[in-house]
Amino acid sequence: MSFETSEITSELTTADDHGLNLNETELTLGLPGESRGRKLGKKRGLIELKSINDEKNQSDAAKASLDEEQLAGWPPVTLYRKKNFRFVKVAVDGAPYLRKINLESYGDYQQLQCVLFEIFAYFTIGNYTSDDLEFKNCYKPSFTTETFVPLMHDSFNNSIAQRIKYVSMYEDNDGDWMIVGDVPWMMFVQTCKRIRLMRRSEDINTARRTHSECSVSSC
Amino acid sequence: MNPHRKRAKTVDRVDSADSALVSSESTQMRPFPSKPLSVDRVKSVESSESGRMRPFKDKILFVDRVDSVESSESSRTSQFSDKISGFDRADSVEARVDSAGSTRMSRFPDEVLERVLALVDSHKDRSAVSLVCKEWYNAERWSRRHVFIGNCYSVSPEIVAARFPRIRSVTLKGKPRFSDFNLVPEDWGADVQPWLSVFSTAYPFLEELRLKRMAVTDESLEFLAKKFHGFKALSLLSCDGFSTDGLKAIATHCKNLTELDIQENGIDDLGGHWLSCFPDSLTSLEILNFASLNSEVSFDALEKLVSRCKSLRVLKVNRNISLDQLQKLLSHCPQLMELGTGTFMQELISGPVTEFKNMFSNCRNLITLSGLWDATPLYLPVIYPACARLTFLNLSYATLRSDELSNLLSHCKSLRRLWLLDTVGDKGLEAVGSCCPLLEELRVFPADPFDQEILLGVTESGFVSVSRGCPKLRYVLYFCRQMTNAAVATIAQNCPDFTHFRLCIMNPGQPDYLTKEPMDEAFGAIVKTCTKLQRLAISGLLTDRTFEYIGKYAKNLETLSVAFAGSSDLGMEYVLQGCQKLRKLEIRDCPFGNAALLSGLTKYESMRSLWMSACNVTMNACRVLAKERPRLNVEVMRDEEGGDDSQANKVYVYRTVAGPRKDAPPFVLTL
Repeated sequence: MSFETSEITSELTTADDHGLNLNETELTLGLPGESRGRKLGKKRGLIELKSINDEKNQSDAAKASLDEEQLAGWPPVTLYRKKNFRFVKVAVDGAPYLRKINLESYGDYQQLQCVLFEIFAYFTIGNYTSDDLEFKNCYKPSFTTETFVPLMHDSFNNSIAQRIKYVSMYEDNDGDWMIVGDVPWMMFVQTCKRIRLMRRSEDINTARRTHSECSVSSC
Repeated sequence: MNPHRKRAKTVDRVDSADSALVSSESTQMRPFPSKPLSVDRVKSVESSESGRMRPFKDKILFVDRVDSVESSESSRTSQFSDKISGFDRADSVEARVDSAGSTRMSRFPDEVLERVLALVDSHKDRSAVSLVCKEWYNAERWSRRHVFIGNCYSVSPEIVAARFPRIRSVTLKGKPRFSDFNLVPEDWGADVQPWLSVFSTAYPFLEELRLKRMAVTDESLEFLAKKFHGFKALSLLSCDGFSTDGLKAIATHCKNLTELDIQENGIDDLGGHWLSCFPDSLTSLEILNFASLNSEVSFDALEKLVSRCKSLRVLKVNRNISLDQLQKLLSHCPQLMELGTGTFMQELISGPVTEFKNMFSNCRNLITLSGLWDATPLYLPVIYPACARLTFLNLSYATLRSDELSNLLSHCKSLRRLWLLDTVGDKGLEAVGSCCPLLEELRVFPADPFDQEILLGVTESGFVSVSRGCPKLRYVLYFCRQMTNAAVATIAQNCPDFTHFRLCIMNPGQPDYLTKEPMDEAFGAIVKTCTKLQRLAISGLLTDRTFEYIGKYAKNLETLSVAFAGSSDLGMEYVLQGCQKLRKLEIRDCPFGNAALLSGLTKYESMRSLWMSACNVTMNACRVLAKERPRLNVEVMRDEEGGDDSQANKVYVYRTVAGPRKDAPPFVLTL
């Protein structure tokens, strides 16, 4: 809907009748959303929105370009709720699908480790011990997989014989792949974007190159 | 006549529905009328003739309402200024009545009147009562025990204390609601301490304090705990600025504590030792809610506390409490009515699940269940024995899938209120529709608010399923990623009794995903069909047409939340002109400018507040508004980023009798 000039004029007249001097207020006519010398920062999501919708561009690319995380306070979910749901994807090398876990539900690395181990064991068969999934030494739990129901997968049969080890890594918000356990827990929760349980035999740099979204940075 | 009740020269009145007081120093009051008020007016109580005395038409309406004290019809339909003028006439009422010899109202002994009025609970009714005449005003103010202040800056603690001498319970709300979503900077204000300081002398016997979105420090909590000896009930919702040390003070010093309710606060969690500070002699606790605190409390202290508080009816623990710990607790308080569990799973499957199957069998009074963090199909059946009696089930922290929910709900036929995560999907909502015919309230929260994948969550189809099976729905909060006009129209037809309709289509400005049209017709259908609608939150691609519908049809609307909507000033103008009962209007990222803002010039005093952020409003327009309406506070919050100084990016307008804020931080400009 566009402005009707006559409507605005009549409004100004009415206002003057009431003794309001709207000349002071520098009302201008223009299409909604037009900048009046105002800086359009990322937070002016509306402006970008209008241009997107005006072009009737409904593609996913257009939607993705409006990065929701940059719209302050949107969607209107309370901070308490948002804080409680930081789901990250957990990928286990060789597994047919990923899992998602909620980082906020764990208080420290030890608890995370238990869960990662559960996920790891779920996708593997045989008697894996916690030694096979490497963690930083101070965080090692000590229990085995015997109680878990394994998911059969051919490639894992080889790994039993060879006792190939897995290492847990995560991608931080800079896109770098890090070892789980290096940074303090709270920092980890805030910066971790995804987790990968990677086969140890692969070179770390090889692993980085296989992830297209990664940037190789200095270790 | 009580001798100590002097006829106050200053006439202070609180419209306590929204707590705006008029001080006699205000120059806006109209002078006493020359036309005398006759006895006829008093007679009209019985005859319920409401039109006889023309200038007092509004007053007579109030008198009628007093007869039916159960009616909660608000007296806010008249303009704010009418109330002031009507009140000036109160003095003349009694004089006339006395001289004319009519005895019906004036000879009613004050003590009896106070007794009767003491039974009036609703603050809206009390507000109406206080407007009848001066006698009733006085009787009301002396008999009032609870005051509700919806905006802490609309009135000062001194004014409240001067008017109401015998308050035992205070509810106080502070920051604008959008502070929940990080739109209000820290240190904005709403400090509770000035209130506590006044209350410590005015209400030394204060028993209850309920705060929402207030800034609370540990020092304030300690002050509260030490100065108010009979203090009983503390409720903190969405407050910030304090730590668990403040809770220690409450636990230590409040010997008669019956309620400690801590919810969703920005709290500095320094550990769980606060709970151990409850003395062994404390047995009065009835409500204990620490579900939103992160640190572990001493289970031993908690168990002992629960055991000795025989009147405990609400217990909501935090996530650290395990299943076997919960079982022990429940064995000590089977009388519980509301329970919030801790984590509902065991990391290592140690013992069989059957050991928990009797956990709830003795809880015959349980009607509310929440918590249930990490609940899995393995442990959820533990709650089945309690499900048949449940009226409120909060699953918004349990990531259940559709089948898990379905199995659970088949046991919950008495549910009135249900909160869910959208992990249950449309299929889960189908189960809601088929299992819960008595459902009145449904809230569906997004598990992953920033996930762009539309495959997850719930859609219009889930909502429609619920509406089919639950015709009594009156409160809905629904987060989704797609919606259609047709679906909402169907929902409105199925559930015409909506009082609260909050639909959040999470992608801003998203149209009907099938027709690509704006979502105007959806909200049009809601306002046309649901005549009882009090609260509305709109989303999606919306033109001015939506607002035209709202202004035309939503005659009972009190609260409206708008984001990324509208095409021009007309949108906001429609709403301001049409929605007579509007109290709270919050707008963000809409193309509403100065004309829209100023079109509400005469309306804002009948509202609690207006919030406008990221719209097209300039400082000059705000100055005009402030100048024309001295009884409004027009506050502009400055952006940290440089930006254009002539633009008013965050505007908060509210009516007040306390004048401009004295505690405004540097980034808040009061015009």
